Amino acid sequence: MLFYSILLFTFKLIVSDNFIFYSKHLTFMTFDKYNVDGFFDEMLTTDHQIREGYVPFINFVNNLSIEDLVQKQHAAERSLMALGITFNVYNAEGGTERIMPLDIIPRIIEGREWDRLAEGLKQRIKALNLFIDDVYNEQRVFKDNVVPQSLISSSKCFLKPCIGLKPPKGIWCHITGTDLIRDQHGVMRVLEDNLRCPSGVSYMLENREVLKRTFSKVLDETQVRPVNGYTISLREMLEHIADKPSPNIVVLTPGIYNSAYFEHAYLALQMGVELVQNSDLVVKNGYVNMRTTRGLKRVDVIYRRIDDTYLDPLTFNPESLLGVPGIFEVYKNGKVAIANAPGTGVADDKVIYAYVPKIIKYYLGEEAIIPNVPTYLCEDNNDIQYVLDNIADLVVKEANEAGGYGMLIGPKATKEEHEAFRKKIVANPRNYIAQPTIQLSRVPSLDGTHIEGRHVDLRPYILYGKEIVITPGGLTRVALRKGSLVVNSSQGGGSKDTWVLY
Amino acid sequence: MLSRVANSIYWINRYIERAENYARFLGVNTSLALDTANISDAMQWMPLIATTADEELFKELYGEPTQENVFNFLTFDERNLNSIYSCVMFARENARTIRENISIEMWEHINGFYHNIRHAATNRQNIIPNSREFLKEIVQGSQLLSGIEDSTISHTEGWHFGKLGRYIERADKTARILDVKYFILLPSMAEIGSVLDMIQWSGVLKSVSAFMMYRRTYGQLFPKKIIEFLILDKHFPRSVYHCTINAQYMLQNVLKAHRSSIKTPAMKKLAMLSSELYYTNVKEIIKYGLHEYIDRLQTIINEVNTEIHEAFFAIKD
Repeated sequence: MLFYSILLFTFKLIVSDNFIFYSKHLTFMTFDKYNVDGFFDEMLTTDHQIREGYVPFINFVNNLSIEDLVQKQHAAERSLMALGITFNVYNAEGGTERIMPLDIIPRIIEGREWDRLAEGLKQRIKALNLFIDDVYNEQRVFKDNVVPQSLISSSKCFLKPCIGLKPPKGIWCHITGTDLIRDQHGVMRVLEDNLRCPSGVSYMLENREVLKRTFSKVLDETQVRPVNGYTISLREMLEHIADKPSPNIVVLTPGIYNSAYFEHAYLALQMGVELVQNSDLVVKNGYVNMRTTRGLKRVDVIYRRIDDTYLDPLTFNPESLLGVPGIFEVYKNGKVAIANAPGTGVADDKVIYAYVPKIIKYYLGEEAIIPNVPTYLCEDNNDIQYVLDNIADLVVKEANEAGGYGMLIGPKATKEEHEAFRKKIVANPRNYIAQPTIQLSRVPSLDGTHIEGRHVDLRPYILYGKEIVITPGGLTRVALRKGSLVVNSSQGGGSKDTWVLY
Repeated sequence: MLSRVANSIYWINRYIERAENYARFLGVNTSLALDTANISDAMQWMPLIATTADEELFKELYGEPTQENVFNFLTFDERNLNSIYSCVMFARENARTIRENISIEMWEHINGFYHNIRHAATNRQNIIPNSREFLKEIVQGSQLLSGIEDSTISHTEGWHFGKLGRYIERADKTARILDVKYFILLPSMAEIGSVLDMIQWSGVLKSVSAFMMYRRTYGQLFPKKIIEFLILDKHFPRSVYHCTINAQYMLQNVLKAHRSSIKTPAMKKLAMLSSELYYTNVKEIIKYGLHEYIDRLQTIINEVNTEIHEAFFAIKD
């Protein structure tokens, strides 16, 4: 206790000194033990200079004691709980709602870098959309030997009923949440294209609301681009894909037991549309209808938050209890619009991922602006040998899994686990890819009363309607456990607000 | 409005009103038990179970109708789907599925209400001996919800369905509470009209907060007048008649907004009940038999509920 107060006292002195003789060198108490540990750091350069975008923020934080900062952290957690954006964790005891931990120290991206990233994301989604359309229609991409046809026919996510489909306005992937990472050399790379039902956008919106209260003055001084246009753009996009003015739009949720239920409710509320469950919908006379107190009412646009294979038990998974029988037929006849279109998962396959630079080149005649992570395809004879020999240094992933499941992180796994994965790979090479272990960049984060670097990724949200709209920033996910590279919320991950500067 | 949403708002209000009424008659019976020491626990507490129509379940789960057993059964027991705990939990589950349709205040209140009861359930050994405050909080929790709904939700369809649920539930519960007196037996015939008899009648009035209002209207306690007040009074907000005319008004608003015919089955049943109550006098009720008449009321109220369900909530393909 005594030690603690002395420390505090020294801290105050140092702060006041440095406040006067401010330099870009980091000698303040709050950050004085902060070490980049050889990783790429989003706040500091390798020689411990503050990156330009962080200067106003650091100026502000250096006027606070660590206690002030911890207090702000607690206040932020309270307001997050009150705002009610929680995810559900069910157990025998009845279930609890948890917040996704928010670390209040923001991740800051400079305007120039962001604009370039946004260009790259636009390019990528344009090409992927053309690719999906081609795969389900002309299939030129196979005939021209850009992507082997065998990859598609063996993909779990290739939905045969979608062959020949022409979705409204030619758009397949309306809502995308691409995962970006920055490697140890500072290069931003695409890690995954989430083209199915990406979640987390409500955290992006709420994190900003909370940080507006936590750091109102700095936010203002830092000149941060707003994120709250997202739900307006989302609604505009959904209106665009309807074939009539003032369409009846709904958000389709699996229900309250889904972990992202609050996000579904939140988005419906923000857009002013109905949140429906499958029991609310019925197909009749060639249209999708919702059951209202006045009888059946026609639905024109569905923002689905259930997996496409669960959408219609008559067409896809007959076991599905979440779907609406007959809905796919209505969709095929163009009598209802669905976002994202069923079948987009085919471009989300981790093997297809490796071909995306070629896909961009093929459809757009351009080089990919944002590079991929180097990827070894286990079905390739040379690659598989390399993967089996070097499995201890690689990250191995199943082609169709998401959320950090079905994955091996070589350097963190045991010899037995390596061997088990080797067997799996040999048994089904098509289902596995491998990538070098990337040391994700770090952002200073609060751990108790210390500030330490934690690894992050970034998920920007892309809306494809009349035009492609990318909300500046996105959800920065952070691996809050020391040394961890896994940012998924189910595995100890949290999030940060992302500030994109002008 | 989505049928599922309307159904949820209707039931949130029914469940919370039910919890309030259970708290009311538990509170009064607890206080009555202190005034009527010569009545056995079984005779004092079994009537409460009888009015809730959950007698069989109670016997199966507890057997003996001691004060503590009855209190646990009606308050905290989640195996009893009508207990206060169950009601508030179901109200919250309903609210959770329609959060985007209700105000933040309404959700926060229901959520907090639920957490308080959940907490109380873990602390029940301390609550049962001093239940007065706890039961008062339940009643107030329900009244607060009603006020929050009135002042934060647009008085359109959803609100009308909510109020409809309130009035339907309340009409049913006031009738049931009046029925308690039928089940509480006096030690002997000689006690009819005695002080003990009057204490019990005043207990019935108090359990629906009607004691003061009754006194102001009639002064003296006469069983006939008490029955008249609780079934037929036009102005007292918990009388059966007041509830049915207000339920009728809420339903009428829904139908008007839908531009539907007023002569739907639910409306017909409800309006016929109101007009019957309007033209009935208490002598006729007593001649019919109080218990029998209350049974009849409950049957009609159940039928109204079924008709509402068919017309608005269970939309056929």
